[in-house]
Amino acid sequence: MTGAQIVIQTLLDLGVDTLFGYPGGTVLYIYDELYKNKHRIHHYLTRHEQGAVHAADGYARVTGRVGVAIVTSGPGATNAVTGLATAHMDSIPLLCISGQVPVALIGNDAFQEADTVGITRSCTKHNFLVRDVNDLARVLREAHYIARTGRPGPVLVDIPKDVTVAEAEYVHSAAEPKIRSYRPTQIGHIGQIRRGARMLQQAKKPVLYVGGGAVLSNASDELFRLVEGLGFPVTNTLMGLGSFPAADERFIGMLGMHGTYEANMAVSHCDLLVAIGARFDDRVTGKISVFAPHATIIHIDVDPTSISKNVKVDLPIVGDVKQVLGQLNELVHAPEFQSARPDVSDWWEDINGWRKRECLRYTQGPDVIEPQYVLQCLHTVTKGEAIIATDVGQHQMWAAQFYGFQKPRRWLTSGGLGTMGYGLPAGMGAQVAMPDAQVVVITGEGSLQMNIQEFATCLQYHLPVKVVILNNGYLGMVRQWQEFFYQRRYAESDMDVTPDFVKLAEAYGALGLRCDKVADVTATLEKGLAYPGTVIMDFHVNREANVYPMVPAGAGLSEMILI
Amino acid sequence: MRHVISVLVENESGVLSRVVGLFSARGFNIETLTVAPVGDGETSRITLVTRGEEGIIEQILKQLNKLVPVIQVADLTEGPHVERELMLVKVATDRDTRAEVLRIADIFRSRVVDATTSSFMIEVTGDSSKLDACLALLTPLGVTEMVRTGLVALSRGEKGMVNKASHP
Ligand SMILES: Cc1ncc(C[n+]2csc(CCOP(=O)(O)OP(=O)(O)O)c2C)c(N)n1
Repeated sequence: MTGAQIVIQTLLDLGVDTLFGYPGGTVLYIYDELYKNKHRIHHYLTRHEQGAVHAADGYARVTGRVGVAIVTSGPGATNAVTGLATAHMDSIPLLCISGQVPVALIGNDAFQEADTVGITRSCTKHNFLVRDVNDLARVLREAHYIARTGRPGPVLVDIPKDVTVAEAEYVHSAAEPKIRSYRPTQIGHIGQIRRGARMLQQAKKPVLYVGGGAVLSNASDELFRLVEGLGFPVTNTLMGLGSFPAADERFIGMLGMHGTYEANMAVSHCDLLVAIGARFDDRVTGKISVFAPHATIIHIDVDPTSISKNVKVDLPIVGDVKQVLGQLNELVHAPEFQSARPDVSDWWEDINGWRKRECLRYTQGPDVIEPQYVLQCLHTVTKGEAIIATDVGQHQMWAAQFYGFQKPRRWLTSGGLGTMGYGLPAGMGAQVAMPDAQVVVITGEGSLQMNIQEFATCLQYHLPVKVVILNNGYLGMVRQWQEFFYQRRYAESDMDVTPDFVKLAEAYGALGLRCDKVADVTATLEKGLAYPGTVIMDFHVNREANVYPMVPAGAGLSEMILI
Repeated sequence: MRHVISVLVENESGVLSRVVGLFSARGFNIETLTVAPVGDGETSRITLVTRGEEGIIEQILKQLNKLVPVIQVADLTEGPHVERELMLVKVATDRDTRAEVLRIADIFRSRVVDATTSSFMIEVTGDSSKLDACLALLTPLGVTEMVRTGLVALSRGEKGMVNKASHP
């Protein structure tokens, strides 16, 4: 087989039937094979490589499978970098295939050459340059394996054009690759887990702090069972939303910079903090020295480097979250534990006291639409069951606070890198994975314009993605910081000139709806969501609404700005 | 605290830049770095000297371990070990200083590996402080050029890394 055939055959053998990409000179042989294999492997042509990688990322987040993107050398690969960095920060399993100039030209500043493995080294979990066609199938399998195991992440395979023409024998292999230097820990150390169970039993003011790792390892059922066995409060990070049902009494909201008052106060006062697949990001901890100052900390994570990186941990448990919680559940649900179950009723009284502040309160007047109101209506209209993709800014935080996720893998947001332009292509990738699901992209007029070209992709493939713009005419989050911390000097945050999004939708062949009346919000959403194709709903909202509560950068979690 | 860290890696292209890139990206410091293939040539051994508080060193060890082509990582400063470094020094000499240079070379059990009428090149091995001491004596006599390899080190006794690594 030729290298190009090997690429396709290996992908098929790995169960890959969906690719997002953009062609170019160095990947033309691969595209030629894709053309011949159209019936077995579906390629989605995006309008930008960043869109292709984000789409593969969205596909991976909703399915839990490895998303695959393919880009050409040079500019194709450099355009993919933001997508890779986004996936890397959020630990999303991705395989990115990039074309490269022929082996003999590498390093000669050839046309469309870039040092792709060099450029992407720090924004991928691992990367490869394949110089010999005989290595191609093995490398692709290893890349796929590395992407999805341990702490997942993006892996890039750079393939020179001549390697796609050269021939090698293809041997099918269904076995998991064995890499002697790569053996992630899955099962938690039982001694540590026993110690953890004892600590749970002694806690008076415990909090479970659950992050994206719980989503990535599909540990929601185990988490729920653990909470059933303990009765402890649960808070989620931005990335963890949906891992525990938001409507459950024991859910106290998101923590961190825009977290709830009750979650942040609980963390500030707890005596035991159990971090589960969470990495103590600075947006979560605030000022480290006053983060959970009274707590003993247990940290469960598949990645040992996350442990004690930012915050000193008392009991580390390295392992896959699903596995470890399963192990822990056996102890917690044992009669010995349950008969001496810790009494946390006083603690719940404290928490319910903080809850009474109703920190997410806002007032919807008769005239101007409040952005939070749009999201609450959206929740009602979609019954909380939509897959939500967002961009970055105020709208993202309001979506996190107000949508109320009941299930995992329905919340797609760039938590680590904070990439504006993520929402539309990610939502598009999710829609490809779940053709029958309701996919809603919540965005701002600023973010949407960063990858707006992907509407064409949605239209080309009849992807009925629904875009909800919370249009405030500002780079809202920037404006909020300028209002709070720069004496209202709104330097370059005013987005006065925006396209007419209704006309723009129509130009692409989508439906455009504009809404600027409170009374029309629900009707607009109903109309837009019921439409069978791609839709833009442009909600003109209160220009100066702010995200509350807020912990100013560098402050402690208990120093919140409330409304 | 100063730590000597030994890293056994797959001998493939790009591994060194991954290791070095990790240090620069995370703001860790590298004092010296040596690398060469070992054993069957399928693996390479990197020895690096770094400084940092306990937490930093722990992160360095874990982050190194996380790199895919890294087979094993050890902090040699945790136990008894032998450290060696090699230095080549060129000293400009005149009639007055030639004997003195040779005497110093002798004291440090080093060898003269090149000589001209106006210079010596001396090879010194030992731990880094010995090299420092030798250099301190030679410098006032007229060192014109010098190069050091950086540290290599092995733990004492039977225990080691390569054996373990060959049983994946
Ligand atoms: C690619 C990129 N550039 C810049 C930023 C910095 N940034 C964070 S939020 C924000 C404003 C977002 O504005 P908009 O999309 O209109 O959303 P809003 O905050 O108004 O809801 C900016 C510029 C970013 N996160 N990503």
